[in-house]
Amino acid sequence: MAVAGSQAKSHERVRSLGWRALGAFANRREASILVVAIGLIIYFSLRSSAFYSGATIKNIAEYVAPVALITCGEVMVLINGEIDLSVGRVFALSPIIMYLASAPAPDGAGLPIWLGVVFGLLAAAAVGLTNGLITTYLGVPSFITTLGMLFFLNGINLRALHGFQVATPGGHTFRQIFGAYPLWFNSEFWWALLAVVVLQIVLVRTKWGVHTVATGGNVIGARESGVNVRWTKIGNFMLCSMLGGFAGIMDSVRITSILPLQGGTDIMFLAVAAAVIGGTSLMGGSGTIVGGFLGVVVLAILNIGFVILGVSAFNFDLIIGIAILGAMILNVQIQRLKNLGQLGRGR
Amino acid sequence: MSGAGNGREAVDAIRVEHISKRFGAVRALEDVSMHLKRGEVLGLIGDNGAGKSTLVKIISGFQKPDNGKIFVNGEEVQLRSVTHARSLGIDTVYQDLALVPGMSVYHNMFLKRELLGKLGGFHVPLLNNREMKKRARTYLDEMGVRIPDVDAEVAQLSGGQRQSIAVARSVYSEAKILLLDEPLAAMGVKEGALILDLIRKLRDEGHVSMILILHNYAHVFEVCDRVNLLQHGEITLDKPTSETSVDELTELVVREYRQVQTGSG
Repeated sequence: MAVAGSQAKSHERVRSLGWRALGAFANRREASILVVAIGLIIYFSLRSSAFYSGATIKNIAEYVAPVALITCGEVMVLINGEIDLSVGRVFALSPIIMYLASAPAPDGAGLPIWLGVVFGLLAAAAVGLTNGLITTYLGVPSFITTLGMLFFLNGINLRALHGFQVATPGGHTFRQIFGAYPLWFNSEFWWALLAVVVLQIVLVRTKWGVHTVATGGNVIGARESGVNVRWTKIGNFMLCSMLGGFAGIMDSVRITSILPLQGGTDIMFLAVAAAVIGGTSLMGGSGTIVGGFLGVVVLAILNIGFVILGVSAFNFDLIIGIAILGAMILNVQIQRLKNLGQLGRGR
Repeated sequence: MSGAGNGREAVDAIRVEHISKRFGAVRALEDVSMHLKRGEVLGLIGDNGAGKSTLVKIISGFQKPDNGKIFVNGEEVQLRSVTHARSLGIDTVYQDLALVPGMSVYHNMFLKRELLGKLGGFHVPLLNNREMKKRARTYLDEMGVRIPDVDAEVAQLSGGQRQSIAVARSVYSEAKILLLDEPLAAMGVKEGALILDLIRKLRDEGHVSMILILHNYAHVFEVCDRVNLLQHGEITLDKPTSETSVDELTELVVREYRQVQTGSG
């Protein structure tokens, strides 16, 4: 009897430990995606020694940089309870504006390249502002607002360059800062890391971050508390757009040309996928920048790892699909358990 | 009878005069005048759709009245926003509590009043989480609100705990006039008792005046000094709780119900 009792007790303990571990797992979503990333690195390293060569790591960094920059912005917008589908087109728009401002006449206005960058980023900010104003003041769901903007901007981009690609303007210093390989990785990667660190701090340690979470978590409550929910959203739309534009400018420096169809829906959906895999809720109110970044790293490792192993590229989309569905199912189910009060109560 | 109240001995914390509010064809409030004395707990009752929430939303600056005047501490004001009302010491605990479920207790308590850190004597735009946690902990303990962990997400707490946090948050923000929209809605007996205790404690300390929207008339007599009955956007009863009873209130509401029935039938 006593034995059976203690057995039941220890069984209970194991169970509650399991629940608590699952609760902690749920609370620290970065941890789970980090485990996945490390697991993938180990897997690919064992399968092919080429995986951990310098060239591969550089490749991964190149792949990660632009997507990570966009993911940072997209995570903020998603936490806010909105989505930005147009950022992939801003990725092409900003370098085009830079070209029109800074390319030598008669193609461009011949302004200094720095001014071109500023104009490119201002154009991106204007797009974000428009997205935000239409969404918050005119009450159009951001999915629709930014879907419209996606098509609109593509039209602008194609018209501006008449459908052709052009050479990226700018001198040596400019390229060093935005496109070269100063320390191991390309500078865009360092910019992306900087954005991740800064925005993670903004998210968890500033008023802006808390208000962003509050707006996405309970928009009415946040408004009643005095949070300016409209301008919080508008600000994050602008941030997302500008990060997309900045990434686009740097990518155009790296590949030395500007294309009207660069980026687009591919890079935008990769960013959304990375955000979701990294633990950001599509329903708003929760998410992390670091998780999103790790999500990008996982996608990059998968992509480049498959190339190295000589696995068909078709499998890449297949795996991303499964990863997104898996992450979302986990997200939703864990949230449901949490709400039932079975998880994370501690004691 | 209802002057501006200037120069009186005891100035009302809140006085509204001839407030009306329409939503399209719906008449939510019609020429409502009421007042709240300093340190008083006023119960506001009435059937669904009687205009209680609208009245509270107007006093809290969330909605603007179509016409009428509002006096805070004897001075006429045009409440521009929730923030403006709050700057005058008026704070509201809404039915939905304005808490963010996915956020920690202490971040909720300090929402929109976050404390910033200092670095070598200079203010930095970074949150001082440690200080906020400490103060939230101390304050909730003082109020007798039992929350095991201020780091916990609000989603993990019970209804009573959430309500307590919402009330504590308002009082902590130095609110002098507290508007509670159905503080006991959907709450068990035990949880409700917690809130009633908290309200009594605040009343005895005497620093805040409160308007409570209540559904349960028994609660009115437990904590309120005075009661106002709203019916179809008009105040039809204004008495100290010592001069009325659950029966009288019930009778008034039932009579209204019968009138509506015979009117439509």
